[in-house]
Amino acid sequence: MADESLFDFLHMEIVSHVYKEQQNSKGEMDNKDRAVCVSVLESMGFRVGQGLIERLTRDSPSFKDELDVMKFVCKDFWTKVFRRQVDNLRTNHQGTYVLQDNKFSLLTQLSSGKQYLDQAPKYLAFSCGIVRGALSNLGMDSVVTAEVSVMPSCKFQVVIQKL
Amino acid sequence: MAVCIAVIAKENYPLYIRSVPTQNELKFHYTVHTSLDVVEEKISAVGKSLGDQRELYLGLLYPTEDYKMFRKLHNSFTDVMCNPFHNPGDPIQSKAFDGIVSGMMVQTG
Repeated sequence: MADESLFDFLHMEIVSHVYKEQQNSKGEMDNKDRAVCVSVLESMGFRVGQGLIERLTRDSPSFKDELDVMKFVCKDFWTKVFRRQVDNLRTNHQGTYVLQDNKFSLLTQLSSGKQYLDQAPKYLAFSCGIVRGALSNLGMDSVVTAEVSVMPSCKFQVVIQKL
Repeated sequence: MAVCIAVIAKENYPLYIRSVPTQNELKFHYTVHTSLDVVEEKISAVGKSLGDQRELYLGLLYPTEDYKMFRKLHNSFTDVMCNPFHNPGDPIQSKAFDGIVSGMMVQTG
């Protein structure tokens, strides 16, 4: 079904557009510019995550605890957004969770090994924002980062901020 | 039919509040604030129980026909959240939301 590719293509263009915009105003990119691009993408994802979670949890009962929320994110939420479930969820039971997806849908078209590994973070910023936005509207402030060692497998680290 | 409808953000300030203007509005605003305490009580009670009582709608006062009303309100709130021009945390300014709320208020005059 072509509709699965719609978002993949749009996302690729969004990333490319944000980086091009930043480059046009300077000429060459330094680390600060790269950080700006990543945070623009992440904040877009944040707003999208907020709206998405309101829609997806409309009919679900309230969650018992943090772990319940994370399990929902790994199963139902990930299925609706990335078309598969998270493969592995680990936690230290003290607010840190690691979600491992071995075939992350936004990375599958890039490569299936170590090629383009340095470009991967650009394509993960938006998704980190989606997760952070979703958690935020469920009442949990968090910091979400992602790392890749072998494409298309990636790990999202969620650290819940306690007051 | 409602006499007063309010949507409260998680930081405890009102995103949207509207009441039938004939009566004492201040009294309604006060009731809204005190009902927040009841909501909090119910939520903490749910957390302690074994998880079977998992209602979204906590059914505060008259839980019979109000389910439909709450559902309509929740659905239109979800629509407002999905509007890209709405910033979460801002007061709700959507005309569509206003329309739904007027439909639920007591008809006077």
